[in-house]
Amino acid sequence: MIKKIFFQSIFLSFLFSMEAFAAESGGMPQLNPEFWISQIFWLTITFGILYVVLSKLILPKISSNLEIRKLQIVENIEAAEKQREQSELNIEEYEKIVQNSKGEAKIYFKQAREQLLKSINLKKDALDKELNEEIQKAESEIQELRDKAPEKINKIAVETSADLLHQLIGAEVNNSSISAIVDDLSRRKMNEYYGN
Amino acid sequence: MATNPMHQFEVYRIGPEIKLGAIDISFTNASLFMVISSLAILLIFNLGSKKNSLLPNKVQLLAELSYSFVSKMISDTAGSKAKPYFAFIFSLFMFVLFCNMFGMIPYAFTVTSHIIVTFILASFIFIGVTIIGFMKHGLGYLKLFVPSGVPAVLLPLIVVIEIISYLSRPVSLSVRLFANMMAGHTMMKVFGGFVISLGIVGGWLPLSFSVALTGLEILVAFLQAYVFAILTCIYLNDALNLHH
Repeated sequence: MIKKIFFQSIFLSFLFSMEAFAAESGGMPQLNPEFWISQIFWLTITFGILYVVLSKLILPKISSNLEIRKLQIVENIEAAEKQREQSELNIEEYEKIVQNSKGEAKIYFKQAREQLLKSINLKKDALDKELNEEIQKAESEIQELRDKAPEKINKIAVETSADLLHQLIGAEVNNSSISAIVDDLSRRKMNEYYGN
Repeated sequence: MATNPMHQFEVYRIGPEIKLGAIDISFTNASLFMVISSLAILLIFNLGSKKNSLLPNKVQLLAELSYSFVSKMISDTAGSKAKPYFAFIFSLFMFVLFCNMFGMIPYAFTVTSHIIVTFILASFIFIGVTIIGFMKHGLGYLKLFVPSGVPAVLLPLIVVIEIISYLSRPVSLSVRLFANMMAGHTMMKVFGGFVISLGIVGGWLPLSFSVALTGLEILVAFLQAYVFAILTCIYLNDALNLHH
């Protein structure tokens, strides 16, 4: 109900106001030619000035501003690109250096190892030689000792058997006959003791 | 008088009557708003182009965005050949836009709501485009009226229609802008009148309509300026690159 009254009142007021316009106005002011010439005149002047100032002063400036900015950005990008390339080159160089020094280090290591091995071998050879000499010396001494041993043993055996005989039977026995027996025995037993 | 929605379109003299011979060229409220619009454009774009910093400030950004907006509009519709006319189309777009926008201020006068203003602008464009067309293509420009691929029987009819449509360009261009501006402002005034006549009880509905209409009218103000400029570009395109 309230809504209905509300819209009715809007409609009525619209009608009234339309009537009022119809009574008051003599049509559109736009069609009144009184100030047409004045409007054309001022339009020409203002738009003309606007066009001239914009086209001669302001627009070229904006255009150059935009151009300069674009150039600057392009330049900056180029500079950044150049620096990036430079840094890539630097990295490459650095890696090369690292590679080279690694190789060099390997060579040094190898050389040092070889030298060390050589010196070790030399020392080892010298030591071997010394040892061999010692061994030979010792062997010859042993051989000498071994060669001399049966004689001494025989001698001791002869003396001991002579003493024994003297104490047992109280008779002096000729040394030469005892030594003959000892020699004979020792020759027989030598094979058992020395195995040669 | 205040409730008459057509009252806002009335032109009246400001200051003394100026006469050039027998012609009355007095300074009027329409002239005032033309001057204000032009000065505002010049002020903003002068501020926006004064110094060039790598990071533009707000006014500079506004100026440069407008520049590239219009520049793109022209190159999209009329191609690279239209470059010499950039300044004109830019001025035209800005002038119409600022006149429309200043008209949105309450009690302001809308320059573009007058048929004589829009008609003069449109006629200037029409005549200019026609001259450019004949200068570029000579009499070959008349081929514009003869579309290709039309049967010979229909040709006389088509040519007549094409000529009429070509000649009606200034009328359609001017009436479109003028009618849009006038209708919008009249409607706003009518709804504003309703707010008063319905008072505190029923005035809220037309008031909210008024608010919504204001937003719509600001959109229309921009759109009509854009349409005006882009149609100019299209006409220019016809004259520069003869397609038919």
